[in-house]
Amino acid sequence: MKTKLLLGLCTLLVIIAFGGCRSRQAANVKSGAGAPDFTVTDIQGKKLSLSDYKGKVVLLDFWATWCAPCLEEIPHFVEMQEKLGPQGFQAIGISMDDGPRPVQQFYQEHKLNYPVAVGDAKLADSYGGILGLPVTFVINRDGQIRKKFVGATDPAQIEQEVVAALAQH
Amino acid sequence: MMTKPSRRTFYVALLLFGLCLISSRPLFADGAPPDPQIPPKQMMTPEQLNDLLKSTKPLILQVGPQSMYQQAHIPGAEYIGATSTSEGLQALKSRVSSLPKNTLIVLYCGCCPWERCPNIHPAYKELRNLGYGDARVLYIAHDFGTDWVNRGYPTAKGE
Repeated sequence: MKTKLLLGLCTLLVIIAFGGCRSRQAANVKSGAGAPDFTVTDIQGKKLSLSDYKGKVVLLDFWATWCAPCLEEIPHFVEMQEKLGPQGFQAIGISMDDGPRPVQQFYQEHKLNYPVAVGDAKLADSYGGILGLPVTFVINRDGQIRKKFVGATDPAQIEQEVVAALAQH
Repeated sequence: MMTKPSRRTFYVALLLFGLCLISSRPLFADGAPPDPQIPPKQMMTPEQLNDLLKSTKPLILQVGPQSMYQQAHIPGAEYIGATSTSEGLQALKSRVSSLPKNTLIVLYCGCCPWERCPNIHPAYKELRNLGYGDARVLYIAHDFGTDWVNRGYPTAKGE
């Protein structure tokens, strides 16, 4: 009887312990979930809908002009668009700046070759909350989130994920 | 009477429990790490601020982006705007201009990892230059989502 009670207690302790560890992880949109669709107007005044890119591998980058780690990633995304675009890759930038002015200036100065729009809290919420930057999603051809990268990430790691997604048909 | 294997299981479980408790605590539980621009006594960890909020209501100012404030902010915190811009610094100055110099003010941002945040240091410097000696800064190591929201500290949404 005592052994059973002890075993029960042990199990409970382990469950509580691992539960505590798991609570540190972000309770956000998970890999494998459908990427929430959105329609916004990009900084060039064109309509931008995620659903328009179904069939392509999409890199959805939440960034801002004041976010240093974000700015380090962007040249790599430009390069990826150039290199992998013909294979069905599309980068999309969602800036979390408070307004379009700095984004437009940045867009022109850095010659971005993919659409960029200014996002808002509603769009960020639909992706599980963007409460730190950068956050990058790789979305597969079926519109499912394949991978989410939080914080500064080695661009080679992101590209590797995109290339793997492109290889799946 | 405990048998030997069950006693071992118990100790293993206890060890795992302890390890997970330790790992779920902030790295700097007793204080934020040193910062060359902000004296240690002016910095506080999320845990320390959460404890403070149980007994007092300091003026909390969010000096980061609006979209993040709208998604989640510390209850009672006021939105100032990004103090990496002159508009944000002006908004900060205006907000505190009528307050006594000994007002306890807590600044936070959490847009980016601490050492790369463009807002928090200019905001603190501005308050110090204005003579607010009890200006404190919330140390957010990674970002507001990771270090405050995901740790289960209270949040509010909206404008």
